[in-house]
Parts: sequence; structure tokens; C-alpha cells
Amino acid sequence: MRVAVLQFPGSNCDNDCLVALRSFPDVTAELVWHQETSAEGFDVIILPGGFSYGDYLRCGAIARFSPIMKAVQQAADQGKLILGICNGFQILCEAGFLPGTLIRNRKLLFRCESVILRVEENATPFTNKCTPGQLLRLPIAHGEGCYTADEKTLKELEEHHQILFRYCDDQGELTTAANPNGSMENIAGICNRQRNIIGLMPHPERACEALLGGIDGRFIFQSMLDWKVKSEE
Amino acid sequence: MPSSTITPDLIAEHGLTPDEYQKILSILGREPSLEELGVFSVMWSEHCSYKNSRPELRKFPTTGEKVLVKAGEENAGVIDVGDGWAVCFKIESHNHPSAIEPFQGAATGVGGIIRDIFTMGARPAFLLDSLRFGTIEGDSVQARTNRRLLAGVTAGISHYGNCIGVPTIGGEIYFDASYNGNPLVNVFCLGTLRHEQIARGAAKGVGNPVFYVGAETGRDGLAGAAFASRELTEESKADRPAVQVGDPFREKLLLEACLELLASGCVAGIQDMGAAGLTCSTCETASRGGTGVEIDLDLVPKRAADLTPYEILLSESQERMLVIVNEGQEAPVKKIFEKWELPYALIGRVTDDGMMRVRKGKDVVVEIPARALADDAPLYSREAAPWTAPAPLDLTSLPCADVQSTLLLLLAHPSIASKHWVWRQYDYMVQNSTVVPPGSDAAVFYLREADKFLAATSDCNAIYCSLDPKEGAKAAVAEAARNLACSGATSIGLTDNLNFGNPHKPESFYQLRAAVEGISEGCLAFDIPVTGGNVSLYNESQHSSIDPTPTVAVVGLIDDRAHITTSYFKEAGDVIFLLGNLGDELGGSHYLLVSQGRKEGLPPRIDFEHEKKINNQLLTLIRADLVRSAHDCSEGGLAVTISESCFKKSKDAPLLGASISLGKTGLRPDVALFNESSGRIIFSTPAAKADHVEKILSDSGNPFHRLGVVTEAPELSIEADGVKYEWNTRTLHHTWSTALPHMMQVG
Repeated sequence: MRVAVLQFPGSNCDNDCLVALRSFPDVTAELVWHQETSAEGFDVIILPGGFSYGDYLRCGAIARFSPIMKAVQQAADQGKLILGICNGFQILCEAGFLPGTLIRNRKLLFRCESVILRVEENATPFTNKCTPGQLLRLPIAHGEGCYTADEKTLKELEEHHQILFRYCDDQGELTTAANPNGSMENIAGICNRQRNIIGLMPHPERACEALLGGIDGRFIFQSMLDWKVKSEE
Repeated sequence: MPSSTITPDLIAEHGLTPDEYQKILSILGREPSLEELGVFSVMWSEHCSYKNSRPELRKFPTTGEKVLVKAGEENAGVIDVGDGWAVCFKIESHNHPSAIEPFQGAATGVGGIIRDIFTMGARPAFLLDSLRFGTIEGDSVQARTNRRLLAGVTAGISHYGNCIGVPTIGGEIYFDASYNGNPLVNVFCLGTLRHEQIARGAAKGVGNPVFYVGAETGRDGLAGAAFASRELTEESKADRPAVQVGDPFREKLLLEACLELLASGCVAGIQDMGAAGLTCSTCETASRGGTGVEIDLDLVPKRAADLTPYEILLSESQERMLVIVNEGQEAPVKKIFEKWELPYALIGRVTDDGMMRVRKGKDVVVEIPARALADDAPLYSREAAPWTAPAPLDLTSLPCADVQSTLLLLLAHPSIASKHWVWRQYDYMVQNSTVVPPGSDAAVFYLREADKFLAATSDCNAIYCSLDPKEGAKAAVAEAARNLACSGATSIGLTDNLNFGNPHKPESFYQLRAAVEGISEGCLAFDIPVTGGNVSLYNESQHSSIDPTPTVAVVGLIDDRAHITTSYFKEAGDVIFLLGNLGDELGGSHYLLVSQGRKEGLPPRIDFEHEKKINNQLLTLIRADLVRSAHDCSEGGLAVTISESCFKKSKDAPLLGASISLGKTGLRPDVALFNESSGRIIFSTPAAKADHVEKILSDSGNPFHRLGVVTEAPELSIEADGVKYEWNTRTLHHTWSTALPHMMQVG
């Protein structure tokens, strides 16, 4: 599997993604500079975390105009997998690939910590290695991760099973205390209706190594790998 | 040369003494221009020249076989960590700006130290923050101000560090009334590099082009170095324009561009524009290179067209670098600047006449021998007041506080309580290398490319230093080395941040001198070099001088990932040992502060021979796979140390308990539980190995006590001299973990 990790000015989890991806056999991962206009030859595009363009104006608001976003559109149309993590999720929302928006955390403070996610759907390229209701422990690190959408959008997300992850406590309950940023319906990650584009605030690439405290992020990357293998069969 | 009338008032306004002005006249052989006066003013400020502290700083041991770049040689020292890899690290203060404008003051403190590190050719790996604030409890105006400062400083560090993508993985915070109105913000950065990547801040090669790259110059931070070399007063708010505004996004681009630039081999010298901006960077590079530098201010990228030469020279606008490029290699350099969308300009050349010459078009506005400016700053050996040791504590006049409730008071004291509220605002995980996050004795970072584990800690108990500056400074080094040992690391280098009051006050100057001697003694004892650091004097507010705060940050190496050790008990049934003596020193203790509101007595005495023995003993046990947890015993004594070891590492790990017996101590219970004698470590070992460990310790001759066991029941019981004290660790943990957030929610 060939993975492009996009590099916007201000991306800072780009190398973390490379390191995590390269720990999987049969994966080649490369950085692709935001001025490029093509991502030909890649099976997966990752929009990594960070502060693209300093998050000026709004998170992701400037990055959406980068030349490389045309290539993202093309890949999306071809049904290739696109994964936005943290700032990448914000960019995908700003660019209209995913519905809703991410606003400042409920308490207005940046939060960096480990959270628990409940897997809501496993019939997706990103979660097929998980069981429904499985709990994943992943780190978050963001100041603007409060998922917000109008009622109609939320309803549609539900109806089309697009909500993939929600923040929960260690019993899997969707409590307010377990919601680190005030996201509506405890939403941590969603996909588009075609199920090839996903955005999530937590960082799976930071949970791929026991040394660093957890390996639950591997479920997401492994799901993508397996999906790719299966889709070629 | 445009002439201006230099009046005595103008000289005084520039913080220069009549004697210093005479020295300027003799260097130039004529009256300086206004611009030249400004240049001398900032270059000869304490912040840039260390004129009051340099004779003292020379006492530091700075050599060692692993030292690749020595203290004072460049922007930061460099230490060999083996296999062709090196670390470059330094701590620097941003106290004065943070007092006036906490968010930007702290943010630009982070930006400044990160620039110092990548200027050396190193990729910034992680940050530590050593912070001091006034008291934050209660509803007084002062407490509210201090809370605003804490919130602002935390947000500023979070803003800059998180955005630029350098994790903040540790540090420490203390609260004390002596910092009312004058908080301390000391930021440490460590970078990693290959030996051959070490970059120099020297203007080499006559004729080489001098490039300016980074943010445009504006009026922000005008003469900030001079501002930082004065006492803070009511009028200091008017100095707000002396505080710079940071742009971490720009710095991220600058960082990547500079590292790419240095890797290209086109760079002859590089220097960041920090304190004293363009002035300092031009004259220091020329001075180091033994050359001259000539620049034209008309070519400098500017934010406002009407900036005067004086303003351009003294601006401390952030995120700017001076790059000296090998002649003929301008094209690839420009391409890199353009890739990273950075403003740049060719502003001058390296010359052979040793002068720092600044033109504005055809007019020469500054012409000063660079070496005289950088190296011939006046040096002062200030008067040090003779010091008298404080009276030892008289226990007979000291009532014994209720042990039961005092432990809770100690755990709720903001200096001891959990700092989670602060550090969860920092991205401590970015770069995917944080093995031990904030909260344990030292942070541990994985240098992936070299497969090496680095540990780092910063320490200073300023109460000790206020009572006995030398012993307090020794304690800071001892604690740092012990923290590293508890993490499984051997210390390899130290950087210091000397925060003191006005050096013209003999008692402040004595404190500075004694602290340097204390740190030096510690470094010699542990055989660790001082690799550089920072001096911040004039830390005074309307109220008084701060407690002397010679903060040290020490870096260590862990040989093997299996030796990484944290402070938390791991499993019920594990046996708990105290390595060291029970101790009996209450002087300067937090117990005394919390229960009596007193900062008195003699602080703990430091015996470096003992410190070394127990650190080495612990490391031997760790390397033999006999240690599950290790925690240094410091503020709050044994009771606080053991409580903290019961606390969980993460929010869903179970809370453990401990059953402890101190046996016959012959001490008062408050002394037994809360004394802060140095050289003590609480560690745990698997039950099956406990007898073996006990035998090793008995044979070693090192003092130790087998104290008890870790329990599954979340209860802490400590028996001393037949009396048993009991607490629920849930209560202890709740008290400890909620104290700071509760205080910060008020007002």
C-alpha cells in the first residue's frame, strides 16, 4: 500500500504519521508537499495534524486552497481512501469533504491526553478490524475539536451510519465527563457517505507503539491495509 | 555621519553609566551617534553582556570529554551521546516580559530558546518549563493577578510549543509570595543532531553575502534586552511595547528552512536575532568570525516604511535569522527561502576590517569595532554582603501539627499538588517520542534515529536558596541528579538559569555568587559539565526581591529501554524500600510552610558523596531488573513521596495503597513523616526479589530501610514508633489532583 502524507506549511504530525505507517509491513509512505498538484500512484492520502498555515483565520481554512487539494478531490472521486487526523479533519470539513465543523473546545483550553473511543461502525475501510462497540484508547491534542453540526446534518450522519467514533468512559458510556471538548453527540470521528473519507480528532499515529503507551491506533491503519488487500482480490 | 546631541539624560535613559559612556568615547574616539548609543546600550545590558555575572560564571566547570561545544562558545552547548549523535540544550528566562504580558512573554520565551537550538543545526526535540508564580489561593487582588499570570503563561507556552510541534514534556512549578508581581518563566529546549551538523554563529569568509530571513522587522520588542535588565515597577506597564509578539507558524517555517539550509552545505555562519535583534546578531557573528560585517538598513524587510535606523537596529521582532552564505551559493539558498515562503533579503557582506558597519543607503549610521562591542563590555565585580547562617530550628518551640490532616494540606499545596491542569494544555506527545510524559521524576524522550533514550528534569527549591543560597543550589543539582537516577538515567550535562534580584544589592549579589559555587560543587561531584545557561537579574517588584532561584536543568542518558523507570508503584505485593536515611531536617520544609506559614531554619545539608552512592546504588539495582518504581523524596518528605507513588499513572489505572512501618525512629511524628533531608529514594521491587535486594543493600553499606508493601486496597498506613496513621488513597489523590484546578476556577 502506498500512502501519501500531505505536508502543509505548519503540519507537525507529518513525520509521526510516516514513522507509524512504516511500522507496518508492505506499506510505503512518503511526504507530499502542498504545492504538488498530483497524488497519482498513491492508494491512500493522509492529511496529518498540526497547524497548517498557523491555523490563521480558522483551522484548515487556508489549507483547503492549497494546490494539493485538487489531487485530494481527484482521489476522493476515484474512491481512494482519505484520512484526516486532527488538523487534517478540520481541513476536510473546511473543504467540504466532510459535513459539520470543529470549533473551540468547550472549556476553551487546549487538551492533550488519552481518551477512550467507542467504535460505532465497523463496516468501513477504517474500522473493519474492530468489533462494534470496541473501545479504543487514543491520544488527543487539540484546542478546536468540538464537533458541531446542525440538526439535519446530525440526523443524516446517524441515518447513514457515518459516525465512526464517539468519546466514552471506560465502560463505553457516552458521558459528558468523557467528552473532552464538548463535541455534539460525543462525536470523535465521521466518514462521508461513500465511506472512503474519514476525519477524526484523536491521533491513531500516536498509538502504534507499546513503548509510547498504546497500540490501539494500529486497528485503524490495519483496517485500511486489509481493506486495500481485499478490494484488490 | 549624522550627528546628534548626546546629553547626560539621554545616556541615563539608555541605562548607561557615565563611566560606561567614557568607555564608549574611548572605543570610538568620538561622540557616538544616537544609533550607536542604542547599540551600546543593548549590547552592554546585563541580558546581553552578563557584565555583572560573568566573573562569577567563569567558576562553572564547563569541560568534559563528551563536550563538543562549550558553554559560552556559541548559542548553546553540545554534548556527545554516542554513535555520532549529539544533544544541544539550553535554558533561558523570559521573566520580565511575562510579568507584563504573560501570554506573549511566555510564548516568545519558547520561540527564543527554540531558535537558539536550531541555530546550532539541531532539530528541536523537546521543551521543559520551570515556572514560578506568587501565591494563587484566595480572593485577594494579588492572588487573582497571580492566577491570571499562571493562566496566561500556560496558554502562551501551549500556543507556541503546540503550534511549532515541539513537545513540552516536563518542568516544574512552585508558588511563593516572593514571586508576587515577578513570575519566573524559564524555558529549556533540547535538540538533537549529528556531530557533523554542528553549525556556527560566525561570520566567516570575507566577501560572503549576509542574508536576512524571516519575519519583517517592526517596532515590537524595542530594546527588550535593556528592559529585561531593569527592576519591574508600576511604570513597567508602559514598557509593554518592549514585549515581543510571537508567530509560531513563521518560526516553524523558519526552523524547517534553516535545517534544510544547513543540510545544503551553503551556509558559512548562522545566528538568530534574539535579544538586541539585528544589532547583536551582526556584531556577534563578526566578533566570533574575527571579521567585520557591513549591512544596509534600507534592504531590511520592514513592516512599516517609516522605521528609523534606531528602531530597526533595536527591534526585537521575533522569528528572524541572519545567514552568512558561501559566496556563489546564493541561488540554492534563495530557493529554500522561497519554498518556505519566507521574506528574505541580501542585506550586506562580511568584511575584513573588524567593524560592525551599518548604513542607511549611503549614510553610515553605526561604525563600531565588533569585537569591542561584543567582548569588551564592562565587567563588574559587585559587592557581596557577608552572609550569616539562619538559626537552626528550635523544635521545642515548634508545636507538632496534626499529622493526619497535614498530609492533606501538603498534597493540596499548589507547589506539591498535581500540575495536570497545566500540562494537559501542552502537546507533550507530538513527535511520537515521549516515553515518560510529565508527572514522573524526569521526562523520558526516545531519540528514534539513534535508538537512544534521553531523560531530563529541571529543579530548584528556592526556599532552601533563600535560607542558604549555596546549600540550596547544591540541593538543586542533587535533586536533579537523583530525579534522573530514579528514571534510570546517568546525568550527562547541566544548564542553569540564575534568577536573582538586583545585583547592586549586596545580599542579592552574594546569593548569585553562592549559588554559582553551589552548582559548581555539585557538577564537580557528579562529573557533569555546565553547558551554558542564562542569567536573569533585577527580578524585583514593588514588594521585594524574589527568593534566589538558581534553576538547573539536567539531561541524562538511559542505556537500555528496559531501564526506563517511573515513580508509580506498579503492583500490589511489591516491597517498598527507602534508600538513604530516615532523615530529620525540617528547616525550610514545606511542612513548616504549610502548617506554620514559616520559611525558617537551615535547609537540608547536602553530602554529595552520599548522593552519588545512593544514585549509583539505585542505578545498579535498576540495571539488574530489580526495581519496579523509584521516586525521589523531596518537598513534603516521606509521606508525600509515598502518597505520590500510590497515585496512578493514567486516569484509568487503579489506585494502589501502601502499608509502611518506619519502626523505632526516636523522632517526633512530624519530623519522621515530613522532613526533607536530601539523598533519599523510595523504590519498589517485586516481592520475590525483595530479600535479594535487601541482601545487596546490606552488603553495600548504604543506609536503607525496608519499609513495607504496596497494597491493592487503596489505603496508606504509616506506622512510626508504635503509632499508626491511616489515609484512604482515594482521598489523598482527590485532594492532590483537584487542588490546582479548583484554585484556577475561582475568580
